[in-house]
Amino acid sequence: MSSETQKILTTDGIPLEESLKKAEKKNKIKAFLLVCPLLLFLIITYVFPIGDMLFRSVDDRMVTNMLPKTYKAMENWDGKELPEEEVFASFYQDYKLLIEQKTFGKLATQLNYEKNGFKSILKKLQRKMKKFEDGNYKEQIMDVHKRWANVEYWRAIKRRAPEISYAKYLKGMDLIADEDGKIIQVSEERRIHRILWLRTLEVAFFVTLFCFVMAYPIAHLLATLPMKYSNLLMICVLLPFWTSLLVRTASWMILLQQQGVVNDFFVWIGLVTDDNRPEMMYNKTGTYVAMTQILLPFMVLPLYSVMKTISPSLMRAGKSLGGTPFVAFWKVYFPLTIPGIGAGCLLVFILAIGYYITPALVGGASGTLISNQIAFHMKSTLDWSFASAMGLMLLVGVLAIYWVYNKLVGVDNIKLG
Amino acid sequence: MSKNKEFVKFEKVDKSYDGKILVVKDLNLDISEGEFITMLGPSGSGKTTCLMMLAGFETPTSGEIYLDKNPISNIPPHKRGIGMVFQNYALFPHMTVYENLAFPLRVRKMPKDEADKKIDKALSMVSLSGFENRMPGQLSGGQQQRVAVARALVFDPSVVLMDEPLGALDKNLRESMQYEIKHIHESIGVTVVYVTHDQGEALTMSNRIAVFNDGKVQQLSSPDQLYEKPVNSFVAEFIGENNTFAGEISEISNDKCKVKIAGGEIIANPVSVKNKGDKTTVSIRPERALINSNSKMDNNFKGKIEEIIYHGDHTRVRLNLLGNSEFILKVPNSSENMDIKLGNHINIGWNSYDARALDPK
Ligand SMILES: Nc1ncnc2c1ncn2[C@@H]1O[C@H](COP(=O)(O)OP(=O)(O)O)[C@@H](O)[C@H]1O
Ligand SMILES: [Mg+2]
Repeated sequence: MSSETQKILTTDGIPLEESLKKAEKKNKIKAFLLVCPLLLFLIITYVFPIGDMLFRSVDDRMVTNMLPKTYKAMENWDGKELPEEEVFASFYQDYKLLIEQKTFGKLATQLNYEKNGFKSILKKLQRKMKKFEDGNYKEQIMDVHKRWANVEYWRAIKRRAPEISYAKYLKGMDLIADEDGKIIQVSEERRIHRILWLRTLEVAFFVTLFCFVMAYPIAHLLATLPMKYSNLLMICVLLPFWTSLLVRTASWMILLQQQGVVNDFFVWIGLVTDDNRPEMMYNKTGTYVAMTQILLPFMVLPLYSVMKTISPSLMRAGKSLGGTPFVAFWKVYFPLTIPGIGAGCLLVFILAIGYYITPALVGGASGTLISNQIAFHMKSTLDWSFASAMGLMLLVGVLAIYWVYNKLVGVDNIKLG
Repeated sequence: MSKNKEFVKFEKVDKSYDGKILVVKDLNLDISEGEFITMLGPSGSGKTTCLMMLAGFETPTSGEIYLDKNPISNIPPHKRGIGMVFQNYALFPHMTVYENLAFPLRVRKMPKDEADKKIDKALSMVSLSGFENRMPGQLSGGQQQRVAVARALVFDPSVVLMDEPLGALDKNLRESMQYEIKHIHESIGVTVVYVTHDQGEALTMSNRIAVFNDGKVQQLSSPDQLYEKPVNSFVAEFIGENNTFAGEISEISNDKCKVKIAGGEIIANPVSVKNKGDKTTVSIRPERALINSNSKMDNNFKGKIEEIIYHGDHTRVRLNLLGNSEFILKVPNSSENMDIKLGNHINIGWNSYDARALDPK
C-alpha cells in the first residue's frame, strides 16, 4: 500500500491528522487560559519566594561589595605569604570609603564572624588611618597592630571573596568550615540545630503514629456506621477544623497546665498528689498532645475515603472462606486501606515537620521544633539568610520523604479522597 | 449411602432487623444433601437475609438453623465451612486469581502442593486454567464470576450459597453461566442454595424452588409443579404468564367448581377454595387456552381480538374475553391460525382442570 492512500482525509479534504491538531489546539488554548490564573498565583506565591529564599540562603556578596578593590588585588595572591603592597593599598582605599560612608562597622561584624579579633584591629585602623601618609600602606597598616602582619587575618578576608557561600547550610547542621576549608563540627555548646532536627523528626514520627492509631478505628466506624450516626461522627471529626487553631491550642494550655483541668482530675482521683503535679505543658508532652489532636482530621479523612470504597462483602467473603475475623481483617481489609494509610501518614508527617504555632505556644524549651528556630532567626536575629537556608533544608527533607515514600508505596497509590 | 434429607434445616426461623417488621416469618425449610435449591422472589422478600443467616452473618431473631443436624446459631461464619458466591463477586482485588483461590486453603493450613492441585482442579472446572496470575481487575465480568465460583468450591464446602451470582452479567453470558453452574453442581454433587429474582433462571437450574414473598415461603416444589400447579395467586402471577378472572364461587363439587365472574360464569378447578360464596382468582396459563378447539372442553367462549403481537415462533394475541380485556393467548405460528385478524371474534376453549381457582388477590 502506498503512503498516499494511508493518509486519511476528512470530508473537506484536509488530512485527518492536521484537522485533529487544529481542533485540539483550540482546546489546548482554552485549557491553558483556564489554568492561567492558578499558574500565575503559583509562580507569584510559590516559585518566586522559594527562588528568592534559595538565593538569599547562599548570597554572600556583602563583604565582596564592601571591599571590591581589595578582592580584585587579591586575585593573584596565593595566600601563603603576606600579600603585596597592592593589596594593602586597595584595602586602604576600600576601607577609607567605608569610613566615609559610615558603614565600616558592618565590615567589622562580618569579618569578626570569620575570625575573632577583627573588630578591635579594624577599629584601631580606623583611628590611625587619618594620619596615614600616601604610599607604602603595607608597612603603615602592619604598624597599627601586629595582627595585621599575621597572614591568617588576610586569609580570613580572602575566604569571604566568593559571592555565594554554603556556610549557612553548614551552620544549620552544626558544621563549620575551618580556616583550611575543612568541614568540622562546631564546638559542643553550640550544637543546637542537630538536636532540633532530630526532635522535629521524632515529634513528627510519633504524632503520625498517634494519629494513625487513633484515626484508623474512627475512620472505620465512619465508613461502616449507618448514615445518621456517621454524619454526626463526621461533624465531630471536622469540628476542630471549624475552630481557630489558636483557640484550640490555647484550650489545650488551659487543660494541660499544672493547675489545669486534667491535673486537677488526676489529683481528684488520687493518681498524683497535689504537690507533685506532672508537667504536661511547655514540654514535648504538650506538643504531642496538641499536635495529635490538631492533625487528626488529616489522617481520618484520607482513611475514611478509602475505607468507604471497600465493599463490606469482602470481609464477609474472607470470613466465609474460613478466615477468622482477624485474618479477614489483616489479609483482606488492611491491605486495601494502605493507599489511605499512605496518604494520611504522608500528609500528617509533612504537616508536622513544619509545624510552628502549636510547638511555639505549648512546646516550651524542650518542645520547640526546627520551624520555631527558623522563626526565631527571621524575627529576632534578623539572619534571614540562615532562616532561608534552614527553610530550604526543611523543604528538601520533605521532598526526600516524598521520594522515599514514592519508592516504598508509590504515589499512584495515594488516595486523598 | 443414603442422602440426608434434612442436611440444612430452617426451623421456625424469624428475623427482624429493627424490631418492628419481620423480614422473614416462620421459615421452615428442609434442604437435602446434594440438592440444588433456589430461593426465588421479588426484591426485598427476604432471600438474602435467609442466606446471610445460613452463612452466619445475621442471627435469627428466633428459631434455629441446623446443618447436618447440628444447630449452628452459635458457630461463627468462618467455622461453618459454607462456601459463598456474592452478587458483586467479592474477589479480593489486591490478590491474584491464584491467591484468591489459595486464601481458603491457606487459612486451613493446607500444604502448598496439595493446595496447588486443588486450585488447578477448581480453575479447570470453571475453564480458567492459565489465569492464575491475573488480578481480578484484569478479568471480564463473566471471568470474575467464574473465579468467585471456583473460590467458593475450592475448599470442598458441604454447602455453597449463591446470592444472585449472575445478576450483573448480560443475557447471553448469564444463560451460559447458568448451564455451567448447573453442570458443576451435577459433577461434584455439592448442596447449592441459590438466590435469584429471575424465574427463568430458577426454573432451568433448580431441583426445587422456594418462592418467597413478604418474608414467607409461598410454595416449595419442583420447577414443573411450580409452573403447572401454583398453589396461590402470587405464585401463579410471579412464575410465567397468567390470565386471571376475579369472581365468586357459585357451585362447588370435588374437582370442579363454577365461578361467577363479571362477564359470565366459568368452570374451574378448586385449588384453594372450599365453600360456595368464597371469593377467588381464577388463573389460566396462556398456552392452555386454545382457539377453535374441536376437542371437548368444558369452557368455551367467544372473544374479540384487540391486539396482535408478533414474536417470531409464536404470536401473542390480546383478547377481550368475558369482560377481561387483558386475556392473552399464545398462538403457534402455523398455517392453521391464519384467521387471526384484529377485530375478529374467535372461539376460545380450555379445560376446567387448567383453570385454577386460587385465593383472591
Ligand atoms: N442490614 C439490614 N438492616 C435493616 N434492614 C435490612 C437489612 N438488610 C435487609 N433489610 C431489609 O430486609 C428486607 C429483606 O431484604 P433482603 O433479604 O435483602 O431481600 P432480598 O434479598 O429478597 O431482596 C428488605 O425490606 C430490606 O430493606
Ligand atoms: Mg438480595
